[in-house]
Amino acid sequence: MSDTDLINMQKKRGLRENDNLRLFLTALLAIALSLLVAVFVMWATGVEPRNFFKALLRTYTGLDPAKAGTDQFFRPRYLGEFLQMSLPLILTGLALGFGQQCGLFNIGAEGQVIAGILGANLVAILIPIQNRSLAVLAVIAAGLFGALWALIPGLLKAYMGISEVVTTIMFNYIIFYLSNAVLKSLPGSNPQRTVDLPENAMLSSNWLREITGNSRLHWGIVVVAAAIICYNLILNHTSFGYEIKACGSNRDAAAYAGIKVRSRIVYSMMISGLFAGLAGACLALGTFRYGRILQGFENYGFDGIAVGLLGGTKGVGILLAGLLMGGLRSGQPLMQAERVPLEIAQIVSALIVLFVAMQKGVEILGDYMARKRMSEKMAENKTAQASEEGGK
Amino acid sequence: MDTDYVVEMRGISKFFPGIIANNQIDFQLRKGEIHALLGENGAGKSTLMSILFGSLRPDGGEIYIKGKKEQITSPNKAHDLGIGMVHQHFQLIDNFTVMENIMLGKEMTKGPFLDAQQARDRVIEISKFYGLNVDPGAKIEDITVGMQQRVEILKVLYRDADIIILDEPTAVLTPQEIEELMQILQNFAAEGKSVILITHKLKEIMQVADRVTILRQGQLIDTLEVADASEDRLAALMVGREVSFVVDKTPAQPEDMVLEVKDLWVKNARGLDAVKGLSLNLRAGEILGLAGVDGNGQAELLDAIAGLIKIDSGQILLKGQDVSHSTVRERREKGLSYIPADRQKFGQVANFTLADNYILKNYYEEPFCRHGFLQRDPIHQQAERLCGEFDVRSGRGIYSQAGQLSGGNQQKAIIAREFSLKPDLLLASQPTRGLDVGAIEYIHKRLVSLRDQGKAILLLSFELDEIMGLSDRIAVMYDGQITGFVDPREVSEEDLGLLMAGIKQKGAI
Repeated sequence: MSDTDLINMQKKRGLRENDNLRLFLTALLAIALSLLVAVFVMWATGVEPRNFFKALLRTYTGLDPAKAGTDQFFRPRYLGEFLQMSLPLILTGLALGFGQQCGLFNIGAEGQVIAGILGANLVAILIPIQNRSLAVLAVIAAGLFGALWALIPGLLKAYMGISEVVTTIMFNYIIFYLSNAVLKSLPGSNPQRTVDLPENAMLSSNWLREITGNSRLHWGIVVVAAAIICYNLILNHTSFGYEIKACGSNRDAAAYAGIKVRSRIVYSMMISGLFAGLAGACLALGTFRYGRILQGFENYGFDGIAVGLLGGTKGVGILLAGLLMGGLRSGQPLMQAERVPLEIAQIVSALIVLFVAMQKGVEILGDYMARKRMSEKMAENKTAQASEEGGK
Repeated sequence: MDTDYVVEMRGISKFFPGIIANNQIDFQLRKGEIHALLGENGAGKSTLMSILFGSLRPDGGEIYIKGKKEQITSPNKAHDLGIGMVHQHFQLIDNFTVMENIMLGKEMTKGPFLDAQQARDRVIEISKFYGLNVDPGAKIEDITVGMQQRVEILKVLYRDADIIILDEPTAVLTPQEIEELMQILQNFAAEGKSVILITHKLKEIMQVADRVTILRQGQLIDTLEVADASEDRLAALMVGREVSFVVDKTPAQPEDMVLEVKDLWVKNARGLDAVKGLSLNLRAGEILGLAGVDGNGQAELLDAIAGLIKIDSGQILLKGQDVSHSTVRERREKGLSYIPADRQKFGQVANFTLADNYILKNYYEEPFCRHGFLQRDPIHQQAERLCGEFDVRSGRGIYSQAGQLSGGNQQKAIIAREFSLKPDLLLASQPTRGLDVGAIEYIHKRLVSLRDQGKAILLLSFELDEIMGLSDRIAVMYDGQITGFVDPREVSEEDLGLLMAGIKQKGAI
């Protein structure tokens, strides 16, 4: 191989640099590594890894090989529950991803989810509309509440330079207590819950329920699909998305180009909050049938950080990551039934995040090995050349 | 092997994605010599020296220091081997004193306490010996760039380095400071220290270097005795073709007034007055050079004209319209382009592709954007056109990330973008800083041709040759004011130097 060939090879390798495939493979590697470590943990704590994987298979596919041939072999209910659990996580993952594109680390999705739940509950309980448009209105309210809850941290960041990491965390607590107080004061509420939400406000669908063996799968699936499409459309195809990414990558250059950096920061925060608020809609109007007085954080927002990090910046990546994390969540009862402690599932999720964070290290290792090979080849070329010339 | 060599690098290779930065480079440094490393931007000089200094690991090859094979795994290891590096971008802490900066990382201690007295004595001793006059008690933020560089050199000497690498040391210095630095380097050589001078300034090489090694596109071209070389020959070897040093231009044909600045006052980032009641005029079809020592308000003046910083008082008229308080975008739309001095920080979004960087200022306009949606085809067509027209070279064409281009190509890309906006007024802040002769020649040509199309250019440069060669008129700035307008064909470098130092005043011409 001549040096030119090597250079061309090097160029091709460069072309692959940002390949989606590369990101996907790294994510797969991270998942494989975390499962491997989890097996060690199970082995060390005396848990049968086979049971864990059996539960995982059942969660993600609804299949149970032990019951092959019976009508218990495939249970669509597990699939439905798994999807249902993934919906809010995909949305909170999008929330984190969108903020990151503008250089913001919105870890307030937790609070923005609660704001969304509050918005949906308020509309469903207080607005006397008798038809299905109430559900649409409630979803919109959830999104708006989420966006508004992110507005103040966004303003503080844009105009006063106050870190969104600090403000959003504090805002999580404020909305947690605020929403409980408001829900308790609604007509008919008791200290644990509000009245049942009217049926026409719900996202639930008989059809979806029936085809998934009576799971709680609901129309939120449409909301999520729309959200992913909007996410990709805004970021990759609009001038607004271009501005967001420019602000996220280099604020000085964005300002130099005449982009209104502050306003883009505020908008990014709000859109991020909007996605989280929609996650709240899925929970309030799909998963549960009444407004709950929360006893503690439910981590939909915090798990969204993991989803966002694992999924990378692309909508598809976040979708896959959300499904993965959703399964690990919805599979926990199955695991317990198989005598696998639910902590194992949590360990796996945590390890995945850990290995994804180490992604750069994996890449550097790969690059190093490739360069070494190339350098050796060039040295061989030179020796070969030298001996040829020597022979003349 | 020849033990005269204090450094011998054999067959060094280094790869980056899409680029071979160093391909089997051999380099030898003799004891007590000043060895220049010459090459265009992206030729691999800095990469090679970063490998020697331990901040990059080679992908192939061997390094011998004083005859012994070494693995230089970190800058600390390099220090231990007596290798010191003065970086192009100073690595100093602004609010520490000179002393503290020099000691940092190698503090002299008495028990658990700093032994400031001993360290101070040592620094004074070294600086006397080599003629490096600095006040050890001064804070970095209060001393000139030239002084800051001396502090960097002292840092290296304080660590007992006898192999000293200087990366583009003269890029930020005034002509007088350059003279002094050259003297210092010669003192080093006389003391038996070995100096590697990374540069693309041929004049300096001819003046002080003993030998010169030339790199081009990651390849070793040749190592020569400077005594046997000429500037023309070196330039040709570096660029790979004959280069002309003289800017070719006809007398200006000034037309309508494009820019009027009236009694402008601007504060700098620290809240101090930087521009103090400055007025100037610029007509279409002329290049007004802004000369002056760095830090006399030039940068603030340009930023204020571009709208990046607010003005305190005064007026800025662009083609007769008052834009004193217009936004950056409004001024751009009225025909103002700006090549910023700091291309990394302001000029580009490093992780955007070249294609996306080309539309940084007009992404929202037709044909690049319709109804809020970006139009990929026109964006890519323009990118291909600009890359071709301005000879921007990159590993992956218009899909390359801007940050992965060499400095010269980044600058060409920025200039291509600013030209593509079809400006009536171009603010060019150090447009050729850190570039090699080939790129400089090219950019100068483009600037002159823009002027010949009847556009106005305000050129800020710290290179006197550039100011003298390109400008039709020169405005000298000192302490936030213009100390004089001079004609480059009539003024001598000495007079210009005196004006720049604020010693002399001259009326407008």
